[in-house]
Amino acid sequence: MAPTGPSSSTLVRLPGVDRLLVGAVVALSVIGTLLVWSATSTRDDLTGGDPRAFLQKQVVNIAIGLALLAVVVVTDHRWVRIVAPLVYLASIGGLVLVLTMGTVVNGSRSWLMLGSLSIQPSEFAKLAVVIGMALVVAERSESRRLRGARGATGADVALMLLIAGVPAVLILAQPDLGTMLVLTATVMGVLAATGAARRWLVLLGLAGVTGAVAAVAAGLLEDYQVDRFLAFTDPTLDPRGAGYNVEQARIAVGNGGLFGQGLFDGSQTRSGFVPEQHTDFVFTVAGEELGLVGASVLIALLGVVLWRALAIAVRADDVFGRVAAAGIACWFGFQAFQNIGMCLGIMPVTGVPLPFVSYGGSSMFASMLAVGLLLNISRRSAEAPSARLQPSRRVLVRA
Amino acid sequence: MTLLDRLGPAPARSRLRLIVIQALVFSLFATLFVRLYYLQVVTGDTYQNRAAAQSVREIVVQPTRGLIVDDQGRPLVANRLSWVVSLDRTTLAKLDPADRTTLLRRVGKVIDLKPRRIEKKLLTCGDEGSEPGVCWNGSPYQPVPVAQDLTQAQAQRLQEQPEDFPGVVVDQQSVRAYPQPFGINAAHLLGYLSPITEGELDAAEKGGDRSVNGASTVGRAGIEQEYDQWLRGMPGYQQVRVDSMGQPIDDEDEVLAQPGDTLVTSIDAKVQSVVEQQLHEAITTARATRDPVTNRNFEADSGAAVVLEADTGRVVAMASQPTYDPSVWVGGISKKQLSALYSEDAGTPLLGRATQGQFAPGSTWKPFMTAAALTNGYSEDTRLPCSSSFQVGNRAFGNHESAAYGSLSFAQALEVSCNTFFYRIGFDYWQQYGSDADDVRAKDPLVEEAKRFGFGQETGIDIPGESPGRIADRRWKKAYYDSMKDYYCGIADKPQDDPANEGISDFVYKFASEFCVEGWKYKVTDAVNFSIGQGDTIVTPLQLARGYAAIANGGTLYAPRVARAVVAADGTVVRRIPPEEVGRVKLPDAVYGYIDEALQGVTRTGTMAWRMGGFPQDEVPIRSKTGSAEVYGKQSTSWVASYSDDYVVVMMVSQAGTGSGASGPGIRKIWEALYGVQGEQVVPDTAAIPGTQLPDRLPSFRDDGSILPPAERED
Repeated sequence: MAPTGPSSSTLVRLPGVDRLLVGAVVALSVIGTLLVWSATSTRDDLTGGDPRAFLQKQVVNIAIGLALLAVVVVTDHRWVRIVAPLVYLASIGGLVLVLTMGTVVNGSRSWLMLGSLSIQPSEFAKLAVVIGMALVVAERSESRRLRGARGATGADVALMLLIAGVPAVLILAQPDLGTMLVLTATVMGVLAATGAARRWLVLLGLAGVTGAVAAVAAGLLEDYQVDRFLAFTDPTLDPRGAGYNVEQARIAVGNGGLFGQGLFDGSQTRSGFVPEQHTDFVFTVAGEELGLVGASVLIALLGVVLWRALAIAVRADDVFGRVAAAGIACWFGFQAFQNIGMCLGIMPVTGVPLPFVSYGGSSMFASMLAVGLLLNISRRSAEAPSARLQPSRRVLVRA
Repeated sequence: MTLLDRLGPAPARSRLRLIVIQALVFSLFATLFVRLYYLQVVTGDTYQNRAAAQSVREIVVQPTRGLIVDDQGRPLVANRLSWVVSLDRTTLAKLDPADRTTLLRRVGKVIDLKPRRIEKKLLTCGDEGSEPGVCWNGSPYQPVPVAQDLTQAQAQRLQEQPEDFPGVVVDQQSVRAYPQPFGINAAHLLGYLSPITEGELDAAEKGGDRSVNGASTVGRAGIEQEYDQWLRGMPGYQQVRVDSMGQPIDDEDEVLAQPGDTLVTSIDAKVQSVVEQQLHEAITTARATRDPVTNRNFEADSGAAVVLEADTGRVVAMASQPTYDPSVWVGGISKKQLSALYSEDAGTPLLGRATQGQFAPGSTWKPFMTAAALTNGYSEDTRLPCSSSFQVGNRAFGNHESAAYGSLSFAQALEVSCNTFFYRIGFDYWQQYGSDADDVRAKDPLVEEAKRFGFGQETGIDIPGESPGRIADRRWKKAYYDSMKDYYCGIADKPQDDPANEGISDFVYKFASEFCVEGWKYKVTDAVNFSIGQGDTIVTPLQLARGYAAIANGGTLYAPRVARAVVAADGTVVRRIPPEEVGRVKLPDAVYGYIDEALQGVTRTGTMAWRMGGFPQDEVPIRSKTGSAEVYGKQSTSWVASYSDDYVVVMMVSQAGTGSGASGPGIRKIWEALYGVQGEQVVPDTAAIPGTQLPDRLPSFRDDGSILPPAERED
């Protein structure tokens, strides 16, 4: 078993900790580590000659991620709500820093270099937005509940959009289109979960589409950016950039067939044909080396994570828990779809990692923190008076 | 239990929304699965093929071409390794235009080639902008060679920093080398190689011939072309796994190349060397000699010499001047070099005079005429006057330098090379059989004999591109007239001062007028010219040598052979190439004996005697005949045809004067070398070929690859 940290055994024994969720996350991390290892073991240009370099780094990332997760799980939920604004402000700070002194990678100013450590603040921003929005709607609706109001009001929606808007603008400025897409989907999910009126969702959707069309029409986006975005429909639009990635990803995945070429035996992976294969295109390693069978297992494990996250949202007995859990589910769900869809050529090429699987600290930490939050919410629901008052419900749910 | 019941304390609307989100997530993931299934299972084959195509590079391993060795096993053509740099276009296609330009500039700097030139070489033939001869003819998946014969240093520079040279493949390939034993050149004999053409490749593919590929070079002339299928071997194929930058990772699969077979020839490098030297010497000397007829030095623009084995028709040596360095073809010939080979100013060095040069035979023709006469009414007792001139109609045909010798026999007429003697014979036959100049079917014993000795048609030597020569008989005159009458009558129909005839000389106008009126007629003047090897009859030096070989061996006409055997790389004999008989000239032995005696007389006391003084003629009887053929507007062609019991030696130098004068010394030197003549002594040990005669065995091929001379012939 991969190193799950000293806290893993204690974690699972805690009451209310969702064992399926933890199991799926650990399984994804282990498989992901193997895939990252496979994708980098022959890439001397990346590893500097040590085939295990990325294996070791990713194991460290997972260990830190699990430790963060454990800390969040054991933290009292009241503390979570107290710390939440700080998390939000810290990530805003990170985004501002990255714009002023970040490093440009692949055309986006998304990375903060601290010595040998590189941090991608936009990964944390997704979590911050979810927490921030959940906190606002929770505070406001809890004070209203006494008055019997149901669902988020227009003012709630406006406030939440403000919370989401600040990091969104900063992310657009990088520009990081992929994170922006994920963030938009997450915000929609959060708003939906708050029970906001349908007209807000429709309006927001329309505004998003109009904004995108306007941006293209007004020439805010260069032609090459549009071409790059659309390259997944026609690789010749950007043959040396995204189009090449799309082609190579398809070839690698298609080369896997039903059972795959075997771990560490994918010809395309070993030859390094797919760019960014250990990060954004890590799913192509699964596609080529593990085949339809293995890649489906990966998709199924992500499905388990989402199923548990949504179950936790449903079971949550407070607005914060429900909205945050649903937001996290939307975030993971859309990001996974966006990432895998990109590897399969049905979504645009944008730099978003596959949660728990792609190589990278920031994504791993943010995702693990989010899972910690999910488990924290799940624990609280288990301990909550409403749950105790209805013991049969829990039995039914488990049945 | 419905889902709603499980939804706990959340407000109803919010609960419903979560169900919608769940459904959405499920459908998104289902979409992913369907897409995955489509890519990997439904269209998996396509992608698997593409994956293989880009990650495995097929490298064609060209076979080592077979050696060409002489009778003693000395390599005349061998191979050497040459550093070749090739570019993998698959990798290049992935580079940014800017990176690609940088790469080409960087490569160009190392190999000293302009990037634009490299681009041209990378284009597939038939694509837009491709330049024939420069463009790439081979497989699209194979790296394209852009430069050969790099120095070790250049190769190292490209190999040491593979990251600076993505898609650049540097390897060693085998190319032709010319060891030049005894300094021989033999360019026209050996031939050369050049890249396969698209048409040849298509034909090979249609015929299922796997021995060539787009990067093959094939024999283009000489024995390289004739025996190409044996020499070329079979290419191997190596599959190499490459990374995305085209750099090899490991070997996947390999089919070894099979080296070509060795060709053993009957050429003897030592004799060849002597023959080349003597031909060169003859030309150089002639050029320094004043021509008493034209009063300027001889042009000696070209020449040829042939040595055949008399009893088999095997070629022992064959030289042609001017010649060229065969290694100019190695690694691709430049346009400038190629035009030099075709240049008329340089004497068209590419033309092999021995097999392709056609010249009037002059007096070397007379032995064949003698054979015809002795079997058609004349006899050894015949005596005819050798007057200083012979009147035919209103024209007097003279002897060389107007000499007169009284009444002569055939043997004496051959010794002194009397023209008027043979004119009478030509005149006699014409009157007897063919006085009707319009009759193309008229009998002509002289023409028939010439045809029997193989003139007017290819000898069938195993060197492609041979010229057939020409017998200017009645049929030829008629055919020539039919093809040219429009041209000459066009000139003759108009007055000479007509503007259309500007630049036409008096002679040509006069000729055109005569030609237009009666150009088809085989007139008596044609007949007398024919009898002394003048007029429109032309022969190649090889034809003449073969004709003399037939006289020497009693009438067997061979298709001369350069090759003796094909030997596999492991030393086993794949194929023996026997002498090939293509005709027999049936004459009474007495006639052969008579001519043989007469030609010995030429050497002892005749026109060749002054060049053969002191030669041990009793031990090595040399029969010879000289010739000096007149060519309109040029100096005379010098001929000597000679033979011994074993060999035939013929030398021709164009525009060099008399036969014995220009070619005589060279002929003697060649005979001396062949028999080991030192002064007036025969020292067999000093003969060019050990044992004097061509070995009847093949050289021995040893396991270690070395080739030893054959054991001497056992008598």
